[in-house]
Amino acid sequence: MNFLEILYFLVPVAIAYAAPLILTAIGGVFSERSGVVNIGLEGLMVVGAFIGVYFNLTFADTFGALTPWMALLAAMVVAGIFSLLHAVASVTFRADQVVSGVAINLLAVAICLFLVKKIYGKGQTDFVQERFLRDGIPYLEKIPFLGPMFFQNVYWTSVLAIGIAILAWVVLYYTPFGLRLRAVGEHPMAADTMGINVSRMRYIAVMISGGLAGIGGAIYSQSISQDFGHSTINGQGFMALAAMIFGKWHPLGAMGAALFFGIAQALSIVGSSLPYIKEIPSVFLLILPYVLTILALAGFIGKANAPKASGVPYIKGKR
Amino acid sequence: MSNRIINLLVPVISVILGLLVGAIVMYVSGYDPIEGYAALWDGIFGDAYTIGETIRQITPYILAGLAVAFAFRTGLFNIGVEGQLIVGWFAAAYVGIAVDLPKFIHLPLAILAAAAAGALWGFIPGLLKARFKVHEVIVTIMMNYVALHTSNALIRTISNGGDNSGPIHPSASLRSEFLENMTDFSRLHYGILIALAMVLVMWLILEKTTKGFELKSVGLNQHASEYAGMNVNKNIILAMSISGAFAGLGGAMEALGTFEFASVKGGFTGIGFDGIAVALLGANTPLGVIFGAALFGSLKYGATNMPNAANIPEEIVSIIIAIIIFFVASGYVIRLFIERLSKKKGAK
Repeated sequence: MNFLEILYFLVPVAIAYAAPLILTAIGGVFSERSGVVNIGLEGLMVVGAFIGVYFNLTFADTFGALTPWMALLAAMVVAGIFSLLHAVASVTFRADQVVSGVAINLLAVAICLFLVKKIYGKGQTDFVQERFLRDGIPYLEKIPFLGPMFFQNVYWTSVLAIGIAILAWVVLYYTPFGLRLRAVGEHPMAADTMGINVSRMRYIAVMISGGLAGIGGAIYSQSISQDFGHSTINGQGFMALAAMIFGKWHPLGAMGAALFFGIAQALSIVGSSLPYIKEIPSVFLLILPYVLTILALAGFIGKANAPKASGVPYIKGKR
Repeated sequence: MSNRIINLLVPVISVILGLLVGAIVMYVSGYDPIEGYAALWDGIFGDAYTIGETIRQITPYILAGLAVAFAFRTGLFNIGVEGQLIVGWFAAAYVGIAVDLPKFIHLPLAILAAAAAGALWGFIPGLLKARFKVHEVIVTIMMNYVALHTSNALIRTISNGGDNSGPIHPSASLRSEFLENMTDFSRLHYGILIALAMVLVMWLILEKTTKGFELKSVGLNQHASEYAGMNVNKNIILAMSISGAFAGLGGAMEALGTFEFASVKGGFTGIGFDGIAVALLGANTPLGVIFGAALFGSLKYGATNMPNAANIPEEIVSIIIAIIIFFVASGYVIRLFIERLSKKKGAK
């Protein structure tokens, strides 16, 4: 297998694994940019993954090939509503946002497994019938070199993820809404003085993060795992969180980091069938994203500036 | 109402609300809450065996709770207890298997190895926090995954590709015939004594030593502590290491007492994350941690009886625990509610 063939093999897998990470990381960007730390991304992905599979199994006969896409919508709505819990706790109840996020993670896994056992009477769901399939993108796939690498063997969900990342960048940096959202995260009191409703902005941001993480989870469960059990989402949410930090709280940066983590994940999964890579013990590939994040944070990518008010509840009238 | 009573009331109300929500969830999903809670009660206190197993389950919860609480008192949030516990588990099992020594050396050595491994896993985020101002929450989360994958790889290495390290030597075991006989042959082991001793150790460190005073002071106000001549960075590193050592001991309980081996894990044990709940409920005090651990350990163990006795998925208890954390974290609202209530009474 020559180098080019390895790339043709690896890059599509990497992009496939990156899609859920990209969406969830973008969700994290929205939440943290508004000043709410969201450790609960993992749990929100779990909810999305479960709803995706549940919707898919229930409505596969009704919607046919469209089912996975409808399931994404359902997952977005349900995870968005679920994230309200985090918003209420961290904005209105002034809870410690990290603790509330931990509670969200525990709660999501518990509720979803509870429902799986209640509905299906066993520890995991059946495999979904209608799943996302790889496809070629018309015209683009014919480009030499780039075609086989990026466009021949790709999930449309990956295209969606990259599209949303670009959209998020435009929204956050080139619209009044984005400016307000970032202002609330940097200096809520100043924003409040200028007539921005801090609580409302934060609620919206957390719900966006919930919706996006939900889509991410549903993509993962309908293209990669294809069923839902206790270990379906096992660290992807935290990896997305890492991608967000690695990307310096910027949508495009987060996307880049997520793609990179996608490569790391792809390597740890298909690496055993690749020359050179298979010589490396798989544990190093498994821990690579986490170690890289720690190194990145320790200053190897330069100073990463978290939004100033991130993690601090805003209390009106308090200096 | 005095502040002290309110501080006590917040966790109590949270637990009641959590159980209430649990009952509602059971009722809405078509189960009988009374039957469910009866099964839970039987699973905790049913007979001598279940009581023994419940206490066994409480043991690592105490240590995980102490780990989180100790870090909290120094102003640090150690989400890495899970990872520190996993490396402690592996270290203890490894020492238990690899060497052959008389019991009075072997057992302490295995326990110390676990504490040292946990301390190392806490030292790294502490160092990064002190040296590079990296937030410990993110680093400890990442360290959890590194711990999980690394310990799995190490277990595979020492067992030549297997999933289980094999049993530890009896000379490193915490097993207690006396406690087993007393509890109808449950897996209750001497670890509970170690856990309770550590509660005392934490209390002594925090309340009776200069270092403990410094640690608490750094937790309350870093700038003031620095101005008073304390080395804030050193204290951060020390606090994370001690916290990690407690967590590592929690792993030793599983390695040397409950299971007497280490095995490849598909995911986290959950003990470390529940430790956050334990510490929060116990208001980060050593004594409070015992109560928090007793509650959550009992709930977790009792839950295993629910599918058999009442046909209810045991995850209901995880839901209840998550709700309790949620309410304890949102203590502000409960406080507000209590204050309003007591004011109304005062007006009458």
